[in-house]
Amino acid sequence: MADANAPKPSSSVKLVLLGEAAVGKSSLVLRFVNNDFQENKEPTIGAAFLTQKCNLPTRTIKFEIWDTAGQERFASLAPMYYRNAQAALVVYDLTKPTSLIKAKHWVAELQRQASPGIVIALVGNKLDLTGEGGAGQDGSEGAEGEEAGDARKITTEEAQSYAEEEGLLFFETSAKTGHNVTEVFTAIANAIPETSLKSTRGAGASSMANRGGDEQRVNLNGPREAAKEGCAC
Amino acid sequence: MGKEDVASSGIADGEERPPPLPPRPSPAAIVGKPTTALSSMNIQTLSFPDGSRGTFSTTNDNGPASSDPVSSSADQGIADLGFSAATRGSRINDIDESMSIMSFAPTLRPPGDLESLLIGDGDMSKKSPAWVLLRSQSAIVQPFESTSPEQATFSASFAREFQDIPDESEQSWPDEDRIRLWKSKLKHYMILSSAGKPIYSRHGDLALINSSMGVVQTIISFYEGAKNPLQGFTAGDARFVIATRGPLYFVAISKLRESDSELRAQLDALYMQILSTLTLPALTNIFANRPSTDLRKPLQGTESLLSSLADSFTRGSPSALLGALECLRLRKSHRLAINNAFLKTRADKLLYGLIVAGGKLVSVIRPRRHSLHPSDLQLIFNMLFESGGIKSGGGENWIPLCLPAFNNRGYLYMYVSFLDGQPPEQGLAEESVSVDEQIAIILISPDKESFFALQQMRDDVVAELKKRGHLDIIKAAAQKGRPTVHEIAPGTHINHFLFKSRANVQFCMPSLQPSFSSLITHRRLVTLYSHLHAAVHAKHSHLKVLHCVNVDSTSLAWVTPIFELYCVAGPNTSRSVMTQGANKIIQWAKREEERLFIIGGGVF
Ligand SMILES: Nc1nc2c(ncn2[C@@H]2O[C@H](COP(=O)(O)OP(=O)(O)O)[C@@H](O)[C@H]2O)c(=O)[nH]1
Ligand SMILES: [Mg+2]
Repeated sequence: MADANAPKPSSSVKLVLLGEAAVGKSSLVLRFVNNDFQENKEPTIGAAFLTQKCNLPTRTIKFEIWDTAGQERFASLAPMYYRNAQAALVVYDLTKPTSLIKAKHWVAELQRQASPGIVIALVGNKLDLTGEGGAGQDGSEGAEGEEAGDARKITTEEAQSYAEEEGLLFFETSAKTGHNVTEVFTAIANAIPETSLKSTRGAGASSMANRGGDEQRVNLNGPREAAKEGCAC
Repeated sequence: MGKEDVASSGIADGEERPPPLPPRPSPAAIVGKPTTALSSMNIQTLSFPDGSRGTFSTTNDNGPASSDPVSSSADQGIADLGFSAATRGSRINDIDESMSIMSFAPTLRPPGDLESLLIGDGDMSKKSPAWVLLRSQSAIVQPFESTSPEQATFSASFAREFQDIPDESEQSWPDEDRIRLWKSKLKHYMILSSAGKPIYSRHGDLALINSSMGVVQTIISFYEGAKNPLQGFTAGDARFVIATRGPLYFVAISKLRESDSELRAQLDALYMQILSTLTLPALTNIFANRPSTDLRKPLQGTESLLSSLADSFTRGSPSALLGALECLRLRKSHRLAINNAFLKTRADKLLYGLIVAGGKLVSVIRPRRHSLHPSDLQLIFNMLFESGGIKSGGGENWIPLCLPAFNNRGYLYMYVSFLDGQPPEQGLAEESVSVDEQIAIILISPDKESFFALQQMRDDVVAELKKRGHLDIIKAAAQKGRPTVHEIAPGTHINHFLFKSRANVQFCMPSLQPSFSSLITHRRLVTLYSHLHAAVHAKHSHLKVLHCVNVDSTSLAWVTPIFELYCVAGPNTSRSVMTQGANKIIQWAKREEERLFIIGGGVF
């Protein structure tokens, strides 16, 4: 995607991924950023921050991506990641009904709490497990998918009609085959209103406004636990 | 140096029976095990050239079938994990020849040592330099070269230790077969709630082993009920060690003959990982409100961290054994400059800053009042270098975590960036940098909103380090790896050592190549170290120096208030050769202290 043309206007877009653990959020990001897939990916710890450029005909979008771990105990940290996001990918696993319920919760929370103009895409991942194949970029994975039979638990219609109701972009993807992955990000890039695209960088630090956290804080002046064996440094 | 190493050594020698003649021609031919006499030791004093004195344990019981071969010195820490019923009951296991502790076995000496046996090891001064030289050539056998049947069995099982047990969904694997696989593992870790709910098991899905977990829980709570908590027990060739921590039971089951204290330290590390995920108040609350809570949900995502910790213990971790960290060897001036660059770019909200390369500490900055505890660093290192969650992400990470030794009541926030893991611009072929050389910048803050401030600091530090060429220096040092023993102590017959600086809570060691790089030789090496460690750290043990001769290795432990040294050489390495080598290593460590260890770190 090397861009040899005249410099296009470039802007950055903050994007957050939300959804139940193990639905494939990190895998989607890995496919988008590195065009790679790992069969037994270890769960994300905390949150990962990645960047990736996306070239549109008229401009370049630099995605600043927060890939969250989606673990219950850190749900209270989520606002920190979506607070200033211009886009969100809410992911579910279309072989796992509970994951769509969780996705709907996230959508509701975003609609309540995130910036009003946020672009939300609902993404049903692991399409390769449905047997419909989803002839992916690699092409080779199709046959395997068919062998595995149809594990789909959530119909396209069901998710699609929900997405339409809520005004969300909707895609079914496979991080494994790459099917529809770039399309999601391109669609988001196109959906961001021109007006909300200001030129980049630096905004991040200041915009992470200090909010009193409700979880336990470490008090640096508090009494120290007696160390068993001195100090390491 | 060396000639006067052993000031007094005649006591034990005097008690030796004259060695039978002719001596065995080649050490490699030795397969027979020494008699039970080898387990016994007494203590004698040894002077080292630097003026320090140590005690030396040597054989004093030559009875061939002593039923209680253990003298008071070194029995405490070494649990009986004997491989056969015959040895149960004796505290030092002498069935597996590779690990038994003794001073020497006279019949196994190569010819060169016979004379020294008769006139005493310390009488080297009477020998011509040529003789010394000749003699020194004889010990060329590497440790662990012999393979007994027990050893072969062990090697075969250990090679399969880390293979996953197929889960329920695999039709071709009936439960009995899966249980059999599960039982064949040499090491298990289990965590359960005191109400008996399974929380974690290293091997096998919880459904498969539910009943085994139930048995364990019943046994533990029986003793708990009797107000006499069960610490551990032996069943067959497995040692069970149990630790109760708050509302949780931790169980280690080991056929690797680790000591109880070592297993307990491993269980403590698992507990620390759980606290790191949840904090102590949260853990306590969960069970105070609902004792029957299934902790797996709140711990979600922690399982892989527990498993990578468990596996590093099972593979054998010198760092965990010594409770110390390893640093990247750097010139003092370079380390100072790196510290200063780090301090100069410090963000306001920073609590701790670490630069780590290839799993070794390069630089630490910290507030004057706070130090970093090794057990907290162990959790961080495990998360970053042993488990794949962060490495494979390819980005920067922002991780809420509790560092329980620092403060078990709340979360800190850790910024992590792997410099070489940064995927560059699109289309660029990814450089393959092995994990061993990756540089990580780790910045820890109490402020959960400080990600971008710390990201800025990372950019500044990296720019600063690049400007002066320090990044390349770090890379080069990481690439170079550990020095070989021969670079450290030229001419020595010692094959490997661990040196721990007690004051700095850091250790160093030479390269594991080529002899100890395989899974199995590495495990055998660490097992030997762990036996030495347990012996010199046993309660009531006043051992300062411990010399062990086994069929396939010779080893020495030397403990002073300043350092701990453990070294290993091939079988039949004489005591004086060991001491000479040890002295060379100590001198090297003294000379290189400020390169090998971070002393104080950058303080602000
Ligand atoms: N078959 C299939 N597996 C996937 C797909 N995406 C992710 N996975 C697997 O699902 C598991 C969880 O993925 P991960 O990206 O870690 O999920 P996250 O917790 O939402 O970040 C991993 O084992 C992935 O290999 C997909 O599109 N198809
Ligand atoms: Mg993830």
